[in-house]
Amino acid sequence: MERRCLDAQNKGVSTGTTILAATFDGGVVIGSDSRASVGGEYVSSKTINKVIQVHDQIFCCMAGSLADAQAVLKAAKFHLSFHSVQMQSPPQVIAAASVLKELCYNNKDELQAGFITAGWDRRKGPQVYVVSLGGMMVRQSVTIAGSGSTYIYGYVDAKYRPNMTREECLQFATNALALAMGRDNVSGGVAHLVVITKSGVEHVVVPGDKLPKFHDQ
Amino acid sequence: MALVNVLETPAGGFSFENASRNAALEKIFEGRKTPTPLKTGTTIAGVVFKDGVVLGADTRATSSEVVADKMCAKIHYIAPNIYCCGAGTAADTQKTTDILSSNLAIFSLNSGRNPRMVMATNIVQDMLYRYHGNIGAHLILGGVDCTGNHLYKVGPWGSIDTTPFMAMGSGDLAAMGILEDKFKPNMEMEEAKELVRAAIDCGIMNDLGSGHNIDLCVITRQGVDYIRPFQESLYKDNRNTKYKYRRGTTAILTQEVVPLKLEVVQETVLRMDM
Repeated sequence: MERRCLDAQNKGVSTGTTILAATFDGGVVIGSDSRASVGGEYVSSKTINKVIQVHDQIFCCMAGSLADAQAVLKAAKFHLSFHSVQMQSPPQVIAAASVLKELCYNNKDELQAGFITAGWDRRKGPQVYVVSLGGMMVRQSVTIAGSGSTYIYGYVDAKYRPNMTREECLQFATNALALAMGRDNVSGGVAHLVVITKSGVEHVVVPGDKLPKFHDQ
Repeated sequence: MALVNVLETPAGGFSFENASRNAALEKIFEGRKTPTPLKTGTTIAGVVFKDGVVLGADTRATSSEVVADKMCAKIHYIAPNIYCCGAGTAADTQKTTDILSSNLAIFSLNSGRNPRMVMATNIVQDMLYRYHGNIGAHLILGGVDCTGNHLYKVGPWGSIDTTPFMAMGSGDLAAMGILEDKFKPNMEMEEAKELVRAAIDCGIMNDLGSGHNIDLCVITRQGVDYIRPFQESLYKDNRNTKYKYRRGTTAILTQEVVPLKLEVVQETVLRMDM
C-alpha cells in the first residue's frame, strides 16, 4: 500500500473523475461519478461523494486530489456561510465560484484541484461556473471536467440544447456520465445528480447497473 | 484551518525546526543509508454493525525485513466513545492519535459537548492536510455518538471517506476481499466480530508485513470492549525470560573477605521538623 501511495503522481487519493453541470429552463443539473482511486490502479472508494453542498442552493463538484479538494471546499463553505451572515441574505452563485477561484489561484503551486459550481440565486437565476486547476473562472451554460470528460466532449457538444426541460436535461446528464464512466477507468460507481431550481434541491442517484447502456454486450 | 478553542498547533505551512538537526544526524552516517522509520506494515479493518462499530488490527511492527515488535498496539484511544486504528509510520500514527485525543478533549470541554466522530475526523484531517502527506498516518477512526455509528478513513494527505466497512495498511487488499464477500448491513455483534477477525486473519496470512495476534475493539452505546488479544498467533515461543540464577549455580572455588576500615571524619545531624 505504501508503494502505491509513493508511486502516485497525484497526492494520494485522486478523484480521477467525471463531473458536469448543465442549465435547463428554470434550473440547473450538476452531477458526478463516485469513484476515488490511488495511483490509477486501486479503487479506494466506490461511493465517494463528490457533489458537495456549499450553501442552500449552491452545489460544487470536485476533481483532482481528494485531499486538496476537500480542504478547499471546507474553507469555501466557511467563507460562504460567513459572507451570508454578514450580508444577511443567501450568497450568489458567483460568490461561491469566486471563493473557490481565489483559493485555487492564490495557492496554485500547492493545490491540484478543479471545481464546477452550480446553483440558483434570485439575481441571475440558474448558473454554472467552472474553476479550473490554475484558478480560471468562467461562466458557461454547460460544462464538463475531470479525466473522464475527454470522452464526452463530442456527445455534450452535439446533444446539449439550451432551455431543455428538467427531464430532458436529467437524461442528458445521465447519458453523458454513463458514457464517460464506460470509457474512463478512473471514473465509475454510481451517478450522483442534483437538480437545483427556484423551489429547492432534489438529489437523484442512479446505481451503476441502472445507468443507460450503450452497445454493452 | 485552525479551530478556535484548540491547543495551539504551529500555524500555517510545514515546520522546518528539525531540518538542521536532521542534517547533523545524517552526517553521523557519513553517506551510508540512514535508518528507515519504523513502519507498522499492517492490516487494520473496521465494520459498522447494528449496535456499534468493530475495529480490528494485527500486532506486528516491522523495520524493513525485521519484525521489531510482535505485540504492537495499533488500536489507539481517542475518546471514551472513539477509537482509532493506525497504519503507516508507527511514530506518526501514535503521535497523531495522541494529539488528536488531547485536542478533542479540550474541544469537548470548551464547547460543552460530548465528542463526536465528525469532530475527531475534522481535527485530524486539518492537521494531516497541513503537512501535505509528510506525516505517514493512515487512520481508520471508529466510534458511536449521538448521531449514530460511524467509521471514517483518513489518508496521510488529508482526504476522508466514510463507508460501512473498510481496511487499510499493506494487507488491505487481502482484508477487503473478505469484507466485500461477507459484509451485510445491520449484523449482530458476534457476526461482526467474526467478520473483522476473518479479514485481519486473511491479511496476516497473505501479507508479509502483518502478523501475530489479532486485537479487536468493539464500541457500542453501552461502552467499549478492547479485546487484546482476540486471537493469538499459532506460532508461540516458549522463552524462559527469567535471567536471575539462584545462588550456587556458579561454583565458588575460593573466597576471601577483606574488611574495609573506614574512619568517621565528620558527622552532621539534620533535624526534619515533621
